[in-house]
Amino acid sequence: MKILTGNDLKSGAVTWWDGVQWSLHVEDAVDVGDHADTILAREQAARRVNAAYAIEAVKDADGVRPAHIKDRIRALGPTVRPDLTLKPADPGAGDWVI
Amino acid sequence: MAEVQFRFRDDEPVADPGVTVDAFGEQTNALAVRLEPGDEPRDLLPHLDRLRLVEVNFPSFGDGRGYSAARVLREAGYIGELRAAGEVLVDQIAFMRRCGFDAFAPEVPLDPADAEAAWSRYGEVYQPTTDGRTPIWGLRHGIGRRG
Amino acid sequence: MYKYDSYDQAMVDARVEEFRDQVRRRLEGHITEDQFKPLRLMNGLYLQLHAYMLRVAVPYGTLNSAQMRMLGDIADKYDRGYGHFTTRQNIQYNWIKLEDAPDILADLAKVEMHAIQTSGNCIRNTTSDQYAGAVADEVVDPRPYAELIRQWSTFHPEFSFLPRKFKMAVIASDTDRAAMKLHDIGIQIVRDAAGELGAAFYVGGGMGRTPMIAPCINPFVPIDRMITYAEACLRVYNRHGRRDNKYKARIKILVHELGKDEYTRQVEAEFAHLLTQQIEPPLAELERIKAQFAEPPFEVGIADTVDRSDPDFALWVDNNCLPHKQAGYIAATISLKPVGGIPGDASADQIRLMADLARDYSFDELRVTHAQNIVLPHVKKADLYALWQQLEAAGLGTANLDLVGDIIACPGLDYCSLANARSIPVAQKIGQRLAVKQQEIGELKLKISGCINACGHHHAGHIGILGVDKKGTENYQLLLGGCEGADTSLGQITGPGFDEDGIVDAVEKATQFYLSQREEGERFLDTYRRIGMPAFKEAIYG
Repeated sequence: MKILTGNDLKSGAVTWWDGVQWSLHVEDAVDVGDHADTILAREQAARRVNAAYAIEAVKDADGVRPAHIKDRIRALGPTVRPDLTLKPADPGAGDWVI
Repeated sequence: MAEVQFRFRDDEPVADPGVTVDAFGEQTNALAVRLEPGDEPRDLLPHLDRLRLVEVNFPSFGDGRGYSAARVLREAGYIGELRAAGEVLVDQIAFMRRCGFDAFAPEVPLDPADAEAAWSRYGEVYQPTTDGRTPIWGLRHGIGRRG
Repeated sequence: MYKYDSYDQAMVDARVEEFRDQVRRRLEGHITEDQFKPLRLMNGLYLQLHAYMLRVAVPYGTLNSAQMRMLGDIADKYDRGYGHFTTRQNIQYNWIKLEDAPDILADLAKVEMHAIQTSGNCIRNTTSDQYAGAVADEVVDPRPYAELIRQWSTFHPEFSFLPRKFKMAVIASDTDRAAMKLHDIGIQIVRDAAGELGAAFYVGGGMGRTPMIAPCINPFVPIDRMITYAEACLRVYNRHGRRDNKYKARIKILVHELGKDEYTRQVEAEFAHLLTQQIEPPLAELERIKAQFAEPPFEVGIADTVDRSDPDFALWVDNNCLPHKQAGYIAATISLKPVGGIPGDASADQIRLMADLARDYSFDELRVTHAQNIVLPHVKKADLYALWQQLEAAGLGTANLDLVGDIIACPGLDYCSLANARSIPVAQKIGQRLAVKQQEIGELKLKISGCINACGHHHAGHIGILGVDKKGTENYQLLLGGCEGADTSLGQITGPGFDEDGIVDAVEKATQFYLSQREEGERFLDTYRRIGMPAFKEAIYG
């Protein structure tokens, strides 16, 4: 599947396109099919997202998993500071990245 | 060609379109030249007496060669109009003026209030250029600059 | 230490308001991200993997305790309670909000700090020797010259849109502790036979994808012409540096392609012209700055010994302290490399503690080193044990300066949007694996970069590690034989890369082989230089 990600213009937080708005959680990301460019142009022009781009991902039982490690680290947070990730209480969260 | 939006000179503007540096060397009646980033500004030095307009093109704002070209010309004694053209943005114009530009023809016109703020933002400067402003070290030690 | 006057203060205050205005225009949509990006970069604000990252300048690595305390407070107030000290003697924060950035700059300006030109294609923060003013081997304190360069390079109207970033370093001793020859311009302040001061210019060094050692293009520029000469070096670069390919845009490529002699000829011609322009600050300005770097009021006739009865303390003294030019004093390095820790990171509480310790024990002064540690430059030997006990209690007492655990590492793929692989986990694993052996191994500078840009200085490591992306997975190349300093050399790649566990094993094998081969008094680097790559390669891959 093809999903969209970027950063919130004001806060810089990593966000994912959920079909309506930008979510902090990659599991909310939806397949945008052929509409990536249209959505990106509209959302960036409206300053609802910054530096956004389309990536490949797969959906499985665990949710949406970006194809590249860089985007998985963006989705979770720094692997060396589990306390600062989106899942500080999940000791296995780092394994999902690798 | 974009229009001149800001001009800090009292003389009559040259109406001629600027010719290329190569053509300028051959056309002995030309008064205006257009300098591209890769052109050698020192090629113009033998002709400073008849030169009245140098238009320096900034095809992209990130290409800073035009700043050096401007200073080279001013340091050699050029007193005609030095015009910045092309992708001239509000956050570059203060630097440009310090380098000797005295006319601005931005591709996309600037907000006049933003431009005014940019020109007046920094009261003093650390480096001397040919713009005549006394650098901070001059103010500290009572050393004036020419102009 | 340099103290701002009203001119310096007005400059940073105006910058805060300028950036506030630029942020407003971006948030209101008057400028695009493409137009805003170079503006925020010139204020050190990046968009990284998880948020905005702000890099704050620490000119020539020198801080007073009020500045250091502010760095800790900013970490708490605007970030997530920590900061990362960098290989360019700066500090960066990883979790910054764009809308907060102008307020952070305003807080910095209150303590005479800024983030001006900590990124972008302009002249960056000038680095220097972390022991400046404390060691006996320097000709002069190099920092006044670096401060002169700081002011000259700040908002330089001609050199704010260079082909690429531009890094300068200034030292003043033959022992180069600032990797001077690996900078765009490295300056060594020297004295000639007549006792006059001058600046030796080394131009065109650097790391990145094409590492080069800077050649000396002029061994003695009279000190009252140093700025004019630098201006000539920059003008030739600004006019002729390549702009068609960002990977070939650094000055090292220009110097290499023109050849040292032709580049030097052009610089000398431009220099001759610029001398007619009277752009050099007067010597009175240098003297004004020098007066502010006057020696602290050292006590004389005090005890020049350290009580070594606590063995842990004695180990720390032996590893982390350097003789001081003044009897009774010592320069102490606080390692930010605890075993298993993140190289260069310090919590807000640790930063504030280091500020307090500088106030109490080091004449209010600290230094950031390019190896991502902190120096208290002027500690009375009699105070050293009390200092160490407080460091130890705060997790800052690690005794490993220049040992294998004192790893330089860039933030890597855990934080950086340019990275191809993570650096920090590799540093942590190597540190843990070799912790018990590091004293036996002795001096071994290990440096890790998460991509070819080489922020982790892997080319200059006795052992260097470069993270690469191999078909979507992290892979690590091993380099041996790099070195910074007077005998600068560039590391060579050993062979095929490794995965994360493999690179830790390979480093261990290299150190074991060294221990089996070393002769009396040899460091890892010496042994490598003596027996060469093939033998090490056999030991690692065989």
